[in-house]
Amino acid sequence: MIAFILRRLMQAVVVMLTVALISFALFNFAGDPINNMVGQDVSLADRERLREALGLNQPFWVQFGIFLQNALQGDFGLSYRLGRPVEDLIVERLPATLELSLTAAALAVFIGIPLGVYTGLYRDTWLSRVFLTASLAGVSLPTFLIGILLILIFSVELNVLPSFGRGETVEIGWWTTGFATWSGIKALILPSITLCLFQLTLIMRLVRAEMMEVLRTDYIKFARARGLPDRKVHFGHALKNTLVPVITVIGLQFGSIVAFAIITETVFQWPGMGLLFIQAVNFVDIPILAAYLVLIALFFVVINLVVDLLYYFVDPRLRVDRTAAGGEATP
Amino acid sequence: MTKRIALFALSATIAMGVAMAAAEAKPFRYSTAQDILGLDPAINNHGPTNAMKSNVYEALVYRSAPGPLEPGLATEWQQVSPTLWKFNLRRGVKFHGGQDFDADDVIFTWKRLSQQTAEMQYTIRSIKDVRKVDSHTIEIETTGPDPTLLANLAYAFIMDEGWTTQNGGERVVAGAQASTFVNLNANGTGPFRVVERVPDTRTVVEPNPNWWGKHEHGITRATFTPIANPATRVAALLSGELDMMYHVPLQDIDRIGQTQGIRVMPGGTARVIFLGFDHRRDEMLDMPGTGKNPLKDLRVRQALYQAINIEAIRRTTMRNSSTPSALMIAPSVEGFAADQNVRAPFDQAAARRLLAEAGYPNGFPLTLNCPNNRYVNDEAICQNVVTMFTQVGIQARLNAMPMPQHVNTAGPTGGYNSSMYMLGWTPATLDAANPLGELLTFNEQTRLGLANNWGRYSNPRVEALTQQILVEPDTTKRRALIREAMTIVRDDVAYIPLHLEPQVFGIRDTVADYQLRALEDVDLRSVKMR
Repeated sequence: MIAFILRRLMQAVVVMLTVALISFALFNFAGDPINNMVGQDVSLADRERLREALGLNQPFWVQFGIFLQNALQGDFGLSYRLGRPVEDLIVERLPATLELSLTAAALAVFIGIPLGVYTGLYRDTWLSRVFLTASLAGVSLPTFLIGILLILIFSVELNVLPSFGRGETVEIGWWTTGFATWSGIKALILPSITLCLFQLTLIMRLVRAEMMEVLRTDYIKFARARGLPDRKVHFGHALKNTLVPVITVIGLQFGSIVAFAIITETVFQWPGMGLLFIQAVNFVDIPILAAYLVLIALFFVVINLVVDLLYYFVDPRLRVDRTAAGGEATP
Repeated sequence: MTKRIALFALSATIAMGVAMAAAEAKPFRYSTAQDILGLDPAINNHGPTNAMKSNVYEALVYRSAPGPLEPGLATEWQQVSPTLWKFNLRRGVKFHGGQDFDADDVIFTWKRLSQQTAEMQYTIRSIKDVRKVDSHTIEIETTGPDPTLLANLAYAFIMDEGWTTQNGGERVVAGAQASTFVNLNANGTGPFRVVERVPDTRTVVEPNPNWWGKHEHGITRATFTPIANPATRVAALLSGELDMMYHVPLQDIDRIGQTQGIRVMPGGTARVIFLGFDHRRDEMLDMPGTGKNPLKDLRVRQALYQAINIEAIRRTTMRNSSTPSALMIAPSVEGFAADQNVRAPFDQAAARRLLAEAGYPNGFPLTLNCPNNRYVNDEAICQNVVTMFTQVGIQARLNAMPMPQHVNTAGPTGGYNSSMYMLGWTPATLDAANPLGELLTFNEQTRLGLANNWGRYSNPRVEALTQQILVEPDTTKRRALIREAMTIVRDDVAYIPLHLEPQVFGIRDTVADYQLRALEDVDLRSVKMR
């Protein structure tokens, strides 16, 4: 197990280094940030002076080396646009994105799994058909369209929920939360639904397919033959055995919820990291872009590791020592 | 159950109380796509940012919405000699933090703005010295006669010496290092004081009760929220979460105008959208190996001009919201003459004839470089233009990119790597001297025009006139000089002016009146709440 984790960590380091290099290289060629930082009528001499002050005139590898060295200490430089340390900006935005993503992930899991189980067990009821048809909309409509539609219905027509922003937030240490106020919770509803819809339908369809598969297996038939109650058969035996692929998907999807909250955040002007990223793209704000990509890569790497470890708890077969299980011949 | 009902009743009462309190006060909530860039008055020369600074800070003079200069922190002024001005400062003025305003603050601000890192340095560029006569009188000496001094001073916002030095703001920190106290906080003398600023989320200001002027806006609290997505911005206005927003996307004008309780206010800006030519290269980039640059021929430039059906662009792409222009300056700019603003007619036959006369009866290849995220419908306009060029036989091609890449290609950092390009220009000083120096001069010695005259148009007569215009104090003579320069530029087809950038505001009936400004920004003094 320790060897496994170590191997995974080694891979993670390689992934992180590659992402750092690519993101840094990519954005180094995405337009001259000086043009965005200064007004149009600033002289060329002033531009050169600024370029020198920011170290933008140094060779690529030198710039990358400095970037890595600082990044390891959690220092991603100063945002060109906002003129503040990038790590501060990210820490400021992280609560907004995490609250939104966690709410969306929770909705997806706690609605998606029961719906999947239900539609798997009772495939032919009309309610199942309704769920399945509705889920088609969830997987096929693009996120921004869903967001705009929800805004149109609940903000413009019904006028019950806010169309943008996070509402009133409360500060708890460095964390700002929207859960503590009514307006914060109201502001969370539309974006989290928008963000969770795709994941919800994906989980529901996956659980349904897995359930139908498992329900056909022999041990379920035996469990029924033994006279176990339905609840125990469905949830204790069937659902538990569908969970390995479901956990993988939920884990990876959580990574993409965080990473792709960009669109939802843009539609709802949600002051999270995604909005910061989009604004940074428009502004060629290299420090933010690089830091964001590195952070998201870190997210994925960590989530993958956690998912791998979770397998051990869910699937007893993995806990058995492989060599012993393989029955390796002894000399 | 009863407990739950009681709780519900209680929360409903609270909610209603909050709603009623909100209805009594007159909060003004407004939005646009981009956030302001900071509060330090010496940096960030950016329209909406300058407008927010001017809500909080004041300069010696104030430019009101229609344009004229009014007294600000100076009550009156006189020009003692061509290079010497005397200003009487307003007495009894206090900064938001309670500090007294006097001549020392003006001198401090001038010295602070003189630093190399101060982007707003242009506002005091012609000033040689500022002298204190007494605590509320100053003298300003300029290096030469400067007719634009007052217009520039309207953006030299006065800071308190004590507050700035105590908070380590003496040295101006530009661009990347601007996480300074003075850029995140503000202490001005203006009609509004900053209550809260969360970058990219909101900036909240409240009226300054000790302001010397009269508050006529009726605002009790103003909240500025940037909303990047235009559809969300429209929705927020429709749902009543905003009182005013700009820019309304052109395709939504009808929808918003038909909504009860909301009106649309269109207007022109001082920004001229135009096309520029490569006037310099002997061999055009699109015609390698031929040794020819057709764009150096006046007849070709004239042909391209007359190939553009500007009315069609106004009617379809711009949905009747733009104002076609024949000049490189807008009506709100000093030096504009309405009788000069007559475009050469759209005439495809004439365009073909001119091309044939110039030796290109079968046209030539031409790439038009365009931004696709900077101006209203910029890429669509360029697509139209390319089609219209094709109709007169030019093998035209569009190359649209986001603004940073566009600047990096066609601008100085890209080696002016373009045959034809689109750009927009607003003179912040609202004076013709600015575009004449920045867009119509190319002088490697003075470095004037190197940053923005991408086509490197250069005409000795225009440059001589520009030098005169920069120092001519007599308004009538100065206008005649500007007129002459503008005529040369127009007849020479130095650029193809297209139209004035539209600005369309969506306004709720909570706002009784609003006076649009030419600079695409919001001056809270121009708002009248109902």
